[in-house]
Amino acid sequence: MKNVIIGIISLLLLLIMIGSLSSCAKSDEYPDNAPEHSNNSKEIEIKKIAGTITMAGSTSMEKLANALSEAFMEKYPDMLVSAEFIGSGAGIEAVLSSTVNIGNSSRHLKETEISNGAVENIVAIDGIAVILDKSNSKNDISMDQLKKIFTGEINNWSKIGGENQPIVVIGREAGSGTRDAFEELLGIEEKCKYSNEINSTGGVMAKVASTPGAVGYVSLDVLDDTVSVAKIDGTEPTEEMIKAGSYLLSRPFIMATKGEISNQTLEIQAFFEFIKSEEGKELIRRIGLINVD
Amino acid sequence: MSEKSISIVGSYKTKNTVEKTAAFLFVICAFVAVLAVLSITIYMIVGGTPAIFEVGLKNILLGTVWKPTASEPQYGILYVILTSIVGTILAVLIGVPIGVMTAVFLAETAPTRLSALVKPAVELLAGIPSVIFGLLGILILNPLIYQLEMAVFKDNPNHQFTGGSNLISAVLVLAIMILPTVINISESALRAVPSHYKQASLALGASHIQTIFKVIVPAAKSGIITAIVLGVGRAIGEAMAISLVAGNGANLPLPFHSVRFLTTAVVNEMSYAADTHKRVLFTIGLVLFVFIMLINLVLNKVMKGGIEDVNS
Repeated sequence: MKNVIIGIISLLLLLIMIGSLSSCAKSDEYPDNAPEHSNNSKEIEIKKIAGTITMAGSTSMEKLANALSEAFMEKYPDMLVSAEFIGSGAGIEAVLSSTVNIGNSSRHLKETEISNGAVENIVAIDGIAVILDKSNSKNDISMDQLKKIFTGEINNWSKIGGENQPIVVIGREAGSGTRDAFEELLGIEEKCKYSNEINSTGGVMAKVASTPGAVGYVSLDVLDDTVSVAKIDGTEPTEEMIKAGSYLLSRPFIMATKGEISNQTLEIQAFFEFIKSEEGKELIRRIGLINVD
Repeated sequence: MSEKSISIVGSYKTKNTVEKTAAFLFVICAFVAVLAVLSITIYMIVGGTPAIFEVGLKNILLGTVWKPTASEPQYGILYVILTSIVGTILAVLIGVPIGVMTAVFLAETAPTRLSALVKPAVELLAGIPSVIFGLLGILILNPLIYQLEMAVFKDNPNHQFTGGSNLISAVLVLAIMILPTVINISESALRAVPSHYKQASLALGASHIQTIFKVIVPAAKSGIITAIVLGVGRAIGEAMAISLVAGNGANLPLPFHSVRFLTTAVVNEMSYAADTHKRVLFTIGLVLFVFIMLINLVLNKVMKGGIEDVNS
């Protein structure tokens, strides 16, 4: 059975390659003669990969999921990939109850989820950036100070060499993947003392940008110049630093499936192949995330 | 002949059918609202009770720690309930006097030109979506309250600063949001006071202001109380604006604490909640539902009481 599937996949990939080659040829060299030829191979392609893939899950993965599904649909015009953003937990719940094909999670799966049959497929790595409001002169925080800030031990910037300005700790609501990942990475689960709990990444950005002395956390790819980004232990959250392992606040982006990828439908397998392809990797890089390997 | 074929009452038989069908349709239409209330009630009870058995009613209603995602989750919403009660009462205390005075102004003392300016403004206030109130709260109110907070807690190293997102901001936003309800209903009540009351009072030598406060306002009492109760309903049910300005921490409702209302507790965490956490959010919804039902019962009582008052 497995051999058959692998056979089909390789045949499929071959066809895709021929298809893309022929369409290249068409546009480059033989604008008039080619259509008949490319139509043929395309027909086979359509037969093989046509259908729908549904995703649901983490709001942090919205950019990634949208970019991947758009590019995938461009490559396979007969595929319809739709994504909903309802939060990591709900996404995995949805994939386990088979209401969607893929559950997006911006945190590692919990043991109960894995024992229920969810499989963790890491597709990219995201860094979490600690953001400060622009007027804050302090922009280098140590991991230890960060822990103390978020647990309420340090509540004024002057205590760690900044101005005499109270610290306003902005966080996400309970259940948020970003919050789970952040607290887990710092080892301060259940100890955080937030003065604001905001239910969206954009909300955190806006609140930090407009509140003097505020500190918050967001995923790397939403950063813009309305806030300033803190260095952690002297390291900026850049791809090189995260890949090298010197920036410590990073987390996986997971597209969970119910059962292994090899047990999924051909369309879903093709989707994961696409993510792993050079094209997919380039896409992940372009939206500010980091490839797995 | 042609006239007859156009008419729906072609014969006794068709007339009878039409009448019966129409009556049936009206009954169905009349029951849509009843069905909606019934199905919501059933749904809230079905959705809200499982968590009560899982966590225990006492743990939910009297617990003060809200840690739904901890390894040993705690689902205490006492502070959240208190916040809803305290926040609503404070908002009503601020909003109702302003609202009733505005209504008196509009109904009794306003020059026509000024009333033509105030009345549309009040109506517009009712039409502004609540998220706009929230955004204005973030942009204007929160920074101001943060200034106040920094002044008040200047030398207090233990205070956790909220950046202006606290009970005061929430109460101010709520107070503004209940104004249209209070003003419109109070004004109708004041205008409904029979004009001979006023004429009699003025004829006895009372001044205009005396007449307003000793005769007209007491006569419109039941309407004004209705306005207050509806204002309470609006304040307790408001979620969007509050979730933006209140800070959403599940804390004791003190002025400079970041607070969470029943509505925002549901709204804020619904998207990411799973399992028991989600079911407890439904229980919070049920608690809110019970609150609204109680307010409505009070409203009905008060309105009946008001009518008896008028008769006696």
